[in-house]
Amino acid sequence: MTNEIAPLTDPGLPEHVHRKADVDERAAKKAERQVGILFLLSVIGTLLFIFSYVGIDEDTFIFVPIMGTTNAHQLFLGLGLAMALFFIGMAAVHWAKTLMPDHEVIDVRKEQRSKDEDRADFVATVKERSAEAGLGRRPFIKRTMGLALGLVGLSPILLLRDLGPLPENELNETNWAAGTRLVTDPGDRPIKPSDLEVGGVVQVQPAFPEGKERHLDDIAKDSVLLIRIRPEEFNLDAERFSWTYEGIIAFSKICSHMGCAVALYEQSTKHLLCPCHQSTFDVTRAAKVIFGPAARPLPQLAITVDSEGYLVAKAPFNEAVGPSFWERDSK
Amino acid sequence: MSARERVAGNVANYVDERTGSAKWLKKTLTKVFPDHWSFMLGEIVLYSFIILLLSGTFLTFWFDPSMREVEYEGSYEPLSGLKMSAAYASTLHISFDVRGGLLMRQIHHWAALIFMAAMVAHLMRVFFTGAFRKPREFNWIIGVGLLTLGIVEGFLGYSLPDDLLSGTGIRIAEAIIQAIPVVGSYLAYFVFGGAFPGEMFIQRIYTVHILLIPGIFLALITAHLMLVWYQKHTQYPGPGRTEKNVVGYPLMPVYMAKAGGFFFIVFGVTAFLGAVASINPIWIYGPYTPGQIGAGSQPDWYMGWLDGLVRMAPPLETHAFGYTISWNILVPGLIIPGIIFTGMALYPFIESWMTGDKREHHLLDRPRNAPNRTALGAMSITFMLVTLINGGNDLLATHFDLSINQIMWFSRIGVFVLPPLAFVITKRICLSLQRADRELVLHGRETGRLVMLPHGEFIEVHEALSPERAYTLTQHEQPAAIAPVVEDENGVRNPKGAKAKLQARLSRAHSEQIAKPTAKDMLEIENHH
Amino acid sequence: MRFLSKYRRHRFAGPLLLLAGLLFVGFGYTVAQAASEEAVLTSSDKATLIAEGKEIFARGCSSCHGLNAEGAGIAPSLIGVGAASVDFQVATGRMPMADMSQQAMRKEPVYNEEETAALAAYVASLAPGPASVTNEELAWERSGDTAEGGELFRNNCAMCHNLAGQGGALTQGKYAPTVMGVEPKHIYEAMITGPQAMPVFADTTITPEEKLSIIKWIKHAENEPALGGAALGRVGPVTEGLLAWTLGLGLLIGIAVWLTTKAR
Repeated sequence: MTNEIAPLTDPGLPEHVHRKADVDERAAKKAERQVGILFLLSVIGTLLFIFSYVGIDEDTFIFVPIMGTTNAHQLFLGLGLAMALFFIGMAAVHWAKTLMPDHEVIDVRKEQRSKDEDRADFVATVKERSAEAGLGRRPFIKRTMGLALGLVGLSPILLLRDLGPLPENELNETNWAAGTRLVTDPGDRPIKPSDLEVGGVVQVQPAFPEGKERHLDDIAKDSVLLIRIRPEEFNLDAERFSWTYEGIIAFSKICSHMGCAVALYEQSTKHLLCPCHQSTFDVTRAAKVIFGPAARPLPQLAITVDSEGYLVAKAPFNEAVGPSFWERDSK
Repeated sequence: MSARERVAGNVANYVDERTGSAKWLKKTLTKVFPDHWSFMLGEIVLYSFIILLLSGTFLTFWFDPSMREVEYEGSYEPLSGLKMSAAYASTLHISFDVRGGLLMRQIHHWAALIFMAAMVAHLMRVFFTGAFRKPREFNWIIGVGLLTLGIVEGFLGYSLPDDLLSGTGIRIAEAIIQAIPVVGSYLAYFVFGGAFPGEMFIQRIYTVHILLIPGIFLALITAHLMLVWYQKHTQYPGPGRTEKNVVGYPLMPVYMAKAGGFFFIVFGVTAFLGAVASINPIWIYGPYTPGQIGAGSQPDWYMGWLDGLVRMAPPLETHAFGYTISWNILVPGLIIPGIIFTGMALYPFIESWMTGDKREHHLLDRPRNAPNRTALGAMSITFMLVTLINGGNDLLATHFDLSINQIMWFSRIGVFVLPPLAFVITKRICLSLQRADRELVLHGRETGRLVMLPHGEFIEVHEALSPERAYTLTQHEQPAAIAPVVEDENGVRNPKGAKAKLQARLSRAHSEQIAKPTAKDMLEIENHH
Repeated sequence: MRFLSKYRRHRFAGPLLLLAGLLFVGFGYTVAQAASEEAVLTSSDKATLIAEGKEIFARGCSSCHGLNAEGAGIAPSLIGVGAASVDFQVATGRMPMADMSQQAMRKEPVYNEEETAALAAYVASLAPGPASVTNEELAWERSGDTAEGGELFRNNCAMCHNLAGQGGALTQGKYAPTVMGVEPKHIYEAMITGPQAMPVFADTTITPEEKLSIIKWIKHAENEPALGGAALGRVGPVTEGLLAWTLGLGLLIGIAVWLTTKAR
């Protein structure tokens, strides 16, 4: 299938050109000196490294152009190490290039494929030996062995079962319940509607009863963003509007796409932006997705005030917060 | 015989009497390695791996892979008194209270970035020169495996310090696991030991990061190198270089000195970066908590394309019968990467099927002489670049006065339009380079000197190419396309007709070439003058 | 004088003379201006300040914000925004805007300190709003806790302004600017007034002491020396990846080329 017209002839390896160091003893001496100097530079590097480790205090700062004020201990420790290593390499390469033989050598290549008789011999051996094992003649052994080997792999998989509990209904649940107070995060202070100005935003968590500690697992599901706008700016249906309180609306802070904290609130446009994948939600329309990969609005938390005037949840979230999962019932 | 020679002889004798390895060792020490800068890319990967093992071991002496909550009491004041995981606190300890600890952390991270960058560069070299062809398909597959593992390993390492930036990455990884249909939430609960983030994750990925994956790496790298050794290295075409030989320098001493020296150089450059350039300053990011986030949260570069893909995905979810399938996560997070890596692993077989070429190849292709393959490579790189750009769209927006929405739409459209465009353009460029080669061989180099002929005509003097150069430009094969076998000689329809047709079509595309000059052409030209 | 005549015709003599002259004029101007500022502050009482502010407003702001600051289609009403808002917008150069872009940018202020104060006094006189503060009043250096400030910053600010305070992208070309190099009083005023896309952080949800802690952390981050070498813009893995490819791999490939060329 190759081009059948005669190609140009191979002129063969070009003639060897001698280096200066091969013919001129002075050039060779010079190269030797250069290699030696490179090795000595490495020695200086190691000395710098030792000096920095022992002699430069960790709180010493110096000004270096481009880098600014920099920790001298870290800088010279690193530069020393870099020098020590780098120049060993440079010396070795320079040595190889200038003084070691530079005649190109030709090695013959054999085809990977074995000789035909070797292959035939191999096949014959395999056939003969497997016949000796008798697998083909004893199907019962063959089948039971297959079964045993197939099943034995199950044990280690089963052993992994206790890696974690089953999810049960946990992905659908949060610590929010009807009447749970909203508290600032950090600070744990309960919030009154008057604490939040129009255009204001605050991150809240559900108040925990005395003695219960808040873990990261809780924050990963409970985090809520409280935003206040003018009530007339809402564009909500009656039910969703009843979930707000005097222009204050509460959304899960955990992105409905991949669970990042959605917190970039632009009060001029009333848009919420997730910094991870740029899903954009419209606060006035119950966090409807207006841009980006998120497919669902952020879950909205119904809020009201309790008898003391503090903001509380009217009801738990009516859907699972955070990223989607198979069993999620997304109405 | 000098004293030193006598000692060397005795040692050799001692070893050989116990191992019988004299013959093998002699062969090994005189083994020939061709020299080219692009053959060093793989070495950079290997040496970075060794640097990673060394610096990583140092870091394990202090790192505490635990999510147990502690109060920070170390010397970095802006975090003192804060609650954080022991993993984060011990990373701060390594950075500020262990002399040289920060340097080693930075060397480790820089080495990881260079490891991945060199791996990708090495992959491109192997692809564009056709070094993956028979008999090296196994090594190509091992290489794809190493690349995949490298991405996972890098991501796990980036996640270990449990800072706010990497924790966000873990959160996203959890969402991808959770999105797997049917078993997703179970898998996520098993991996995290319960609800996200739980208290088990760091210690689990620690074992995977420092034991499991490095172990597999070591085994695969060994196999990779043994195959290179056994099959002998490929070489670039040129005078005196054939499919039947290897031209280069012997292992002892030249190659040994160069390769050994290059290890120190790679280590030195990595240490230099670790000394002068800050990387992953986790003390600024703060400890991870799921309620916080920073603008411009990015993964390391080798994950950037994945993040970019996820960002540009359309908002698609299927809700049916009380179940949810998140296409917006599955397609960019699992399905497309799966297709890309599978396609990459299978490429040697696909190409060999397209061309019908089942022979061994040890001489490398010049990329222009395989226009279809080169164009395919350029197309893949363009795809990756578009997704990578989208992965950093927020930073591009602020630094170049653009909007993230513009960049997102550019990428959403560009990811479909630009790769095919790159394919067409690259193929055209390759063909015109072939044409230029042909001109060069036939008519020589333009010298710029004008000469007036006796009858008054001006011509430019062309200088003939040296035979070596002319040979290098014309040594490649130009296989013809496969003709489709639709009917055999008895008029029976080929049962695999459609497949054969497709093969013939692809083969035709693959064999599109500018005819190279032959000896006959040269002779004609000579007679003409 | 021998010295002078000797170097009079030196090629650097001209530029040097010019530089000296400029320095002299600049210095003199600064001194004169400082003196006049003092004079204004002591001589003008509140009423004249408001009147002066009204005049500046009519000239510089009313074309967009309306003659009585009631707002128009392109610009919001300024009634009730308070002196803090005016001080932030005008003293950081955001107002008056240079063009009708998505967002007012920080630039050299157009009005000087006294004019800004007059404008602020005028707007504050329209309706009560948050008062402006001075750097001295803030005393963030004495009170406040850096670690707590960092925690608050990561909770309330980092999502837009980046974990290291370098700023970040918002939707449709808007952006959160960097908080590095911003005067403490402007940071404070931004938090209580919520300029442009930024939400308001009321004193009830983030107490004034907590705000001072945030400022303290920002100032710490701003002045923190490079602990691990060049900061690469502190924007995270993007620049790190870029450097690994260019300087890291680039340098190594350069060395590999040297390593594989034949010596002569």
